[in-house]
Amino acid sequence: MHASVCDTITDLVQNSIEAGASQVELDVYTGPDTITVKVADNGKGMDAATLAKVVDPFFSEAGKHDHRRVGLGIPLLRQPADAVNGKVDIQSEPGKGTTIEFSFDAHHLDTPPLGDLPATVLGLMTFNGTYDLIVRRTTPVDGYSVTRNELTEALGNIEESANLVLARDFLRSQEQNLNH
Amino acid sequence: MAKLTLDDLRKLRDQKQKAMEKRDPSNKDAQIIVGMGTCGIAAGAKETFNAIIEELDAKGITHVLVRQTGCMGLCHSEPTVEVIVPSMPVVIYGNVDAKTGKQIVNDHLINKHLIDNHVCDKPAMDIVR
Repeated sequence: MHASVCDTITDLVQNSIEAGASQVELDVYTGPDTITVKVADNGKGMDAATLAKVVDPFFSEAGKHDHRRVGLGIPLLRQPADAVNGKVDIQSEPGKGTTIEFSFDAHHLDTPPLGDLPATVLGLMTFNGTYDLIVRRTTPVDGYSVTRNELTEALGNIEESANLVLARDFLRSQEQNLNH
Repeated sequence: MAKLTLDDLRKLRDQKQKAMEKRDPSNKDAQIIVGMGTCGIAAGAKETFNAIIEELDAKGITHVLVRQTGCMGLCHSEPTVEVIVPSMPVVIYGNVDAKTGKQIVNDHLINKHLIDNHVCDKPAMDIVR
């Protein structure tokens, strides 16, 4: 399994970008009992037959890796979910997009840690292309939202190293006082 | 650190831009691209990505483009990092942990030396068209 929930988030959002999404919405909730994440995109989506296969680690969508028959993204999400009394729900429609929602039991011994969310979100802002990424982060106490478009509007090219540092500090500051 | 607003961010950006204009604009067209497919993530590419940004910040390098991409087809050598610097060969480095990521900034970007023992081949042709 991935080492952190943030690793899984990166994997899923990267899938969305590869699926040609122009908009990806990421919701992350951490509470005393559960960690819940939703990734919703408007990418090319999958038909029912493809959807049934994505849990198979020996399946990769045609055209993505032409000569490869391994695809570990979704299996690496299912594995920890099965291990920690979690849930995974995948909805997809060709031409409309895909929504993946998962939750882990926060009390389970094997639940992976959340990981470094600000650094993860920063990385997710730097895939090549003009997509928007809308991040909504909540806890029982507080929350914030940030989008790639508004960061780009404030900073200019977010991939430029000086702007990445500013965006990193901005995202880190948003995580403060979220739990008390 | 207080919680920053987007207005704060714009002001910081303006301040930094003034400082940037005084600096040497070398490396302006350089790019560092970190492979962030499932394989890269599992091998620690996020730590590599963070370390590269930290080192660029520490060395005051402001213009380099840093971005993520998917699998480059070299899953056996993850984390992989492609480095594009004008007047140097385009290189994909393999097994780039955080320490090697910082080395890329110092050796490749600043001193213009390749890191020989991490150089990989070009991307696999079934991945990059």
